[in-house]
Amino acid sequence: MTWILALPELVLAISGLIILAAGVIPKRDTFFPVSMACVGALLLTAVLVLGQSEGTALGGHYVADAFSSFMKLLAVSAAAVGILLSLDYNEKEGLARFEFPVLMLLATLGMMVMISANDLLSLYLGLELLSLPLYVIAAFNRDSGRSAEAGLKYFVLGALASGLLLYGSSLVYGFAGTTNFDRLGEAFGDPAGVSPGVIVGIVFIITGLAFKVSAVPFHMWTPDVYEGAPTPVTAFFASAPKVAAIALLVRVLVGPFGDLVGQWSQVIELVSLGSMILGAFAAIGQRNLKRLMAYSSIGHVGYALMGLAVGSDIGLRGLLVYMAIYVFMNLGTFAVLVAMRRQGRAVEGVDDLAGLGRTDPVTAMWMAVFMFSMAGIPPLAGFFGKLYVFLAAVQSGFWVLAVVGVLTSVVSAYYYLRIVKVMYFDAPVGGLDRAPASLSMVMAGTGLFTLLFALWPAPMLAAAQTAAAALLG
Amino acid sequence: MRKGPGTVTAMRGITEMEIGLAHYLTVGAILLVLGVFGIFLNRKNVIVILMSIELILLSVNLNFVAFSSWLNDLNGQVFAMFVLTVAAAEAAIGLAIVVIYFRNRGSIEVEDISTLKG
Repeated sequence: MTWILALPELVLAISGLIILAAGVIPKRDTFFPVSMACVGALLLTAVLVLGQSEGTALGGHYVADAFSSFMKLLAVSAAAVGILLSLDYNEKEGLARFEFPVLMLLATLGMMVMISANDLLSLYLGLELLSLPLYVIAAFNRDSGRSAEAGLKYFVLGALASGLLLYGSSLVYGFAGTTNFDRLGEAFGDPAGVSPGVIVGIVFIITGLAFKVSAVPFHMWTPDVYEGAPTPVTAFFASAPKVAAIALLVRVLVGPFGDLVGQWSQVIELVSLGSMILGAFAAIGQRNLKRLMAYSSIGHVGYALMGLAVGSDIGLRGLLVYMAIYVFMNLGTFAVLVAMRRQGRAVEGVDDLAGLGRTDPVTAMWMAVFMFSMAGIPPLAGFFGKLYVFLAAVQSGFWVLAVVGVLTSVVSAYYYLRIVKVMYFDAPVGGLDRAPASLSMVMAGTGLFTLLFALWPAPMLAAAQTAAAALLG
Repeated sequence: MRKGPGTVTAMRGITEMEIGLAHYLTVGAILLVLGVFGIFLNRKNVIVILMSIELILLSVNLNFVAFSSWLNDLNGQVFAMFVLTVAAAEAAIGLAIVVIYFRNRGSIEVEDISTLKG
């Protein structure tokens, strides 16, 4: 009866299938009710995750612990907000087909399997269950050449990444003799006796996962896919799957390969440095907001990975807090981007925001909050995210990471603050349409979180601390 | 042509060299490299990219099955089965995306896939 532990996943899978069937049968358009049902199923799953006990199940393929609960709650809530973001946009762009929320739900199921993976096989299956729906929703706007191109690019590079990850898994399996994370951890108890084949395998696995979190040097698909995909899809890409992929990277490296930290720590350090630097400099020249956010997300992944490179429990705590804050401020920013329309047509240039401070002060205020937070200006949430990872890096003596992190934050502040300047000090170029209620709600919710995090950070810190401790065991 | 007993002995003589794990791994590595180069050096057609992806997955399967037999452990073969299944789903989605791409652009030349950049 160990399968009962995997109840959240089972419930989500079954409700996904039921919702899919229920969406096909009626003759009329079922986009809105199906979306609401998907949000409901996700909320139910979140409740089940909260009540989940700890342990391993399904023949050791599945593990539930404080870390998995933390990351799952984050991924599930980000996915639910992602569905809310798509409601209005999809109606207006003619994408209101009921398959859309169901695909997002199935992708969320894949994320949960990934986060709870305790075997290379469940890791791969979770990753594919996440990736396959994402390929489809990237190309969801079938009549747009840009969306099709984004889907094609994402598919090719995603499939390549899965292939590399699998090749690494096969090497690890062959040279260590097992795919189970617990037994791999035992096999690597003595780092000196580990075969070079395993090290090559780990490098391939890191490569595959770095593609999925879009870290330098495997980031090249990100700007194209983010720009071409429909905006709510981009919002989804930049939040929930990123949480799941980071969680998987952390679990694989700290869990089974934890004793080989000397082998992978430098790789992660370089990836983190590269991502921070590229995220800061490449975004400066961008005029398209979605492309700018793509580079910004590469930079944020670099900051989060700093916590993993440090490897201590404080570092992991920093990473978890960083991801939680990043997800919410990112969803808020994308709520503003999704709402950007002029006379019914979606616009996405930085200059289209000109004068928003006068034409729509509320939206402009939230956007300014998100931009200040992303730039890391106290007392907003983004500052604390950065503070905890920098603190961990300094305490463990990773000075290069900390110094580069601070310097790149200063550089990236330029393009975040430029958006604020465009909103408040440039002449309006014809007002944007009023933001629909669902988007204003998301903006207000995530905006309040970003604003008020400083007053009440203790619960999240405590949860992240428990999660990190569960992982380090 | 019917083979006489002599031919069989002669063939045994030729195949004296035992095919071991290293040979399978070498073939697997060559297939992987071919697949990766097929994706990056290919300037012609998206279908070739899909074939390269399949090549990569097949190299992985070869690795898994070879290791599985070498380790006397069934896990690797189970893994290979899952990889085959997922590869089929992936190919279906890939072809569907290529179809909608072709409908929009009227071409699947790799060099034409460059509207998004900057």
